[in-house]
Amino acid sequence: MSELTRLTAAELAAKIQAKEVSAVEVAQAHLDRIADVDPAVHAFLHVSTESALAQARAVDEDVAAGNVPASPLAGVPLALKDVVTMQGAPTTVGSKMLEGWQPPYDATITTKMLEAGIVILGKTNMDEFAMGSSTENSAYGPTHNPWDLNRIPGGSGGGSSAALAAFEAPLAIGTDTGGSIRQPAAVTGTVGVKPTYGGVSRYGLVAFSSSLDQAGPCARTVMDAALLHEVIGGHDPLDATSINETVPAVVQAVREGSLGDLRGLKIGVVKEFSGEGYEPGVMVSFNEAVEQLRALGAEIVEVSCPHFKYALSAYYLIAPSECSSNLARFDAMRYGIRVGDNGERSAEEVMSLTREAGFGAEVKRRIMIGTYALSSGYYDAYYGSAQKVRTLIKRDFEAAYEKVDVLVSPATPTTAFPIGERTDNPMAMYLADLCTIPASLAGHPAMSVPSKLSGIDGLPVGLQIMAPALQETRMYRVAAAYEVARNESDGGPLINRVPELEVAR
Amino acid sequence: MPTISRDEVAHLARLARLAVTEQELDKFAGQLDIILQSVAQVTEVAGEDVPPTSHAVPLTNVFREDVVRPGLTQQQALSGAPAAEDGRFRVPRILGEEQ
Amino acid sequence: MTAAAELMDYDEVIAKFDPVLGLEVHVELSTNTKMFCGCPVTFGGEPNTQVCPTCLGLPGALPVVNEIGVASAIRIGLALNCEIAEWCRFARKNYFYPDMPKNFQTSQYDEPIAFNGYLDVELEDGTVVRVDIERAHMEEDTGKSLHVGGATGRIHGAEHSLLDYNRAGVPLIEIVTKPITGTGSRAPEVARAYVTALRDLLRALDVSDVRMDQGSLRCDANVSLMLKDATEFGTRTETKNVNSLRSVERAVRFEMTRQAAVLESGGTIRQETRHFDESTGSTSSGRAKETSEDYRYFPEPDLVPIAPSREWVAELRQTLPEMPWVRRKRIQQEWNLSDLELRDLLNLGAVDVIAATVDAGASPAEARAWWVSNLAQEANTRGVELGDLPITPKQVAEVIKMVAEGTLTNKMARSVVEGVLTGEGEPADVVEKRGLKVVSDDSALIAAVDEALAANPDILDKIRSGKVQAAGKVVGDVMRATKGQANAKRVQELVLERANA
Repeated sequence: MSELTRLTAAELAAKIQAKEVSAVEVAQAHLDRIADVDPAVHAFLHVSTESALAQARAVDEDVAAGNVPASPLAGVPLALKDVVTMQGAPTTVGSKMLEGWQPPYDATITTKMLEAGIVILGKTNMDEFAMGSSTENSAYGPTHNPWDLNRIPGGSGGGSSAALAAFEAPLAIGTDTGGSIRQPAAVTGTVGVKPTYGGVSRYGLVAFSSSLDQAGPCARTVMDAALLHEVIGGHDPLDATSINETVPAVVQAVREGSLGDLRGLKIGVVKEFSGEGYEPGVMVSFNEAVEQLRALGAEIVEVSCPHFKYALSAYYLIAPSECSSNLARFDAMRYGIRVGDNGERSAEEVMSLTREAGFGAEVKRRIMIGTYALSSGYYDAYYGSAQKVRTLIKRDFEAAYEKVDVLVSPATPTTAFPIGERTDNPMAMYLADLCTIPASLAGHPAMSVPSKLSGIDGLPVGLQIMAPALQETRMYRVAAAYEVARNESDGGPLINRVPELEVAR
Repeated sequence: MPTISRDEVAHLARLARLAVTEQELDKFAGQLDIILQSVAQVTEVAGEDVPPTSHAVPLTNVFREDVVRPGLTQQQALSGAPAAEDGRFRVPRILGEEQ
Repeated sequence: MTAAAELMDYDEVIAKFDPVLGLEVHVELSTNTKMFCGCPVTFGGEPNTQVCPTCLGLPGALPVVNEIGVASAIRIGLALNCEIAEWCRFARKNYFYPDMPKNFQTSQYDEPIAFNGYLDVELEDGTVVRVDIERAHMEEDTGKSLHVGGATGRIHGAEHSLLDYNRAGVPLIEIVTKPITGTGSRAPEVARAYVTALRDLLRALDVSDVRMDQGSLRCDANVSLMLKDATEFGTRTETKNVNSLRSVERAVRFEMTRQAAVLESGGTIRQETRHFDESTGSTSSGRAKETSEDYRYFPEPDLVPIAPSREWVAELRQTLPEMPWVRRKRIQQEWNLSDLELRDLLNLGAVDVIAATVDAGASPAEARAWWVSNLAQEANTRGVELGDLPITPKQVAEVIKMVAEGTLTNKMARSVVEGVLTGEGEPADVVEKRGLKVVSDDSALIAAVDEALAANPDILDKIRSGKVQAAGKVVGDVMRATKGQANAKRVQELVLERANA
């Protein structure tokens, strides 16, 4: 493996600007790594070799001309979740429904990244339409966790998290509706950030649940995530739910945090995120992380959020309801596959046959739940009530943030489970998002950073850090401080302990 | 107590335009029932006096100026179409009427 | 195909039943862009050239509300005496249909932007009927489907369909009345008068082209009958595709006589949509609405609420033009019209165009003369409304001005108007192209005047003895001699000048 693939995004960008290495060499090293390990990992659905190299060449020309770099990440490769549109490559959303579909437009974050000189290597695997917590729901086969190829890499953004942990890319984009950035980050020992809802444009993200979906940065270090956050964040007039404010100064917050001083900061431990369903290995790692935060000078306070226990229920009404409507457009008329058009059948029949053939079981199940929850007579009891539960959860958060600056919890109750273990039990699968969903419902920022490996199975555990809306800087500061302390006490970054993968050639 | 019958599943599938199989009807009836029973607890806590929340930061009046923006060419618009004819999307015959 | 409907005699219908109407009018706004994206809304473009990811419903695309769409909705609401919501939202109306790219329509459901208003409608005999307005809300139009194959080119029997989404997403305002009761035999007339008044209002607001023939104004008529002593409304039908003012009246009347016949024979009315056929004046059965549609409405999560500030609403109220009925009253006084004269003008649909012509600088009498005689005939021949002729009040005023200035004779002026109507351009262009120049070369005129005076010695005497009005006959002779190319005013001057020379 080329050493270039072991470097952080910040290091790569610096070397490219210093002309120690060219952006093309960096891109090629990662493309080679993908060729080597992706047959085993299956993080990518599509690799954009030519456009990636062309983007890298453009950065090299900029460097040669002595131009000011387009961004602090110019020339750094990135893996893009296949839910984000980019011209010149297919966007399938992990679904057979959109097999081969080439969008005629770029998502706003795609445009921002290309303008920043980021080199997009390709599109990563995901649970179909981002519905799932294991990437097993992809129509194109599961992605494997580089820590143990028999285990899931989390979901829905398992392709992006696995690409980072397999050193196929130093940066990735994820999208998080109920935990699809944070849970994969936790189980692969990487960093994943869900920004405040409205902090990053959703224009060009194939919608799952519009009031929850949020794209965010994924990386192997907190600083790299912050650098990417500043590239993709900010107001977008094409997204009416986008917040019209400047991007929080998260890079500066990471610099401050990495000084390792959290004195004066109050950190809340949510009482409800423990007990039944939480693996002992996860709780040990989490409690040790809390002690390290205390050692950094933070005051640790236990807080109670009594309504969090209703979060999962509310989520499993809101997300399916919105998805049943968002996915109605996949009807075989304008794009995507068409099934059963024999010249005799009506448009209505062809629609039904196509949707039956094009959607996988989990997507159909959620469309059915959502159709039920929105249908007349049930709206108030289901969708309406669930929106009220959001208010109760938001109030719990508000009460907690009157006492503390940030909240922490395990990012997910268990470590990566074996592929196939939960596929027949939707309720068990849904529990993977137990800790991540409350912040999603409130629209608050939250992230997962690696804590120590589970002492039980030796697999990664994620520490979730949550902050009030638009207060990403607090969260990054704590994450950066913790990352430094953790690495010092654990003999280096966790990611260095990913087992060597067998190389395909 | 089952809250959702096999017939109701079939009705939902028609509403959602899913040509589900007999086998799926049984499977979904069972799974939807479990899921809906477990999510039904939201009704327990959502009192009359609680207002709904839809977004993290409440925004209002987000408008766009009434100014033309470049869109897609006809070729781009039709690029993903399963079938096209005379600059239009070609679709199977439409049975029902406009609502 | 249903059997030809039995109809009851209209007077009999009225004797037995009370009709109840409900009118839903859809207005396409004449904004620059669509309701939720920046695509142009112009009519008649090449198919699928006025589309973008948003209005094509491509995966990942998002809507953003057009500010002028909202402002227009509020202005319409204010003009209809509605309350304007302090806070309202868009909702998704979910149903599958190929001409709807997202398979949901972004519309307003239980939170319309304007509600609880009324429109006072004047019937031909001067009776005023108040029509209560339930709501006016914002939504988006669908695409258009073309049905290929089959005998009729219609939806039935077609082999496949072709879809054009240029119209998808065009802003629509839907204006819904409360049930209109108590109109008795005048129900069809009230329906027509309401749509006419609404159209005039929307035109005055300058928010829409209000062209029923092009679909920018569409009316669905709900009609039901109840027995004279009944306390509950009967089952209603909804007649679609009513494409002219006259059709509104005919459709309502037809449904009344059809439903009465069904009820009289012991049958029941099926709740359904019906289609109006212009050629036969009848309605035919469409989609049944036996089971109420389950549209699974919920608030559109991609958009944020609209909370029009009271300041903004007040500002918009300031932009309301003089209401057409107020203006009519004023005009009647200013133009000194009898009630009958005003009604004739109204029936011709001439008041607005005449007023606009006056606003453009013409005298009321001249403006009236042009529209009522000359142009009304033209409109009649073409079978269009006066306001839909391809000549604007401004152009008519220009022609009138040229006559007054003496650069055109009346005859030439008619030729100029004809040129404008046939698309030869602005009046000045037509004057140029057709070589219409008044003969103002005095030497030629003097010769003609002298000749005419010589031929009429008696008149010459009268003029010389101070009876100036006698000159008229000579002026007429000169005009005839010059084939109308002379400036009559100048001829008059010359006649007096030469007679006294």
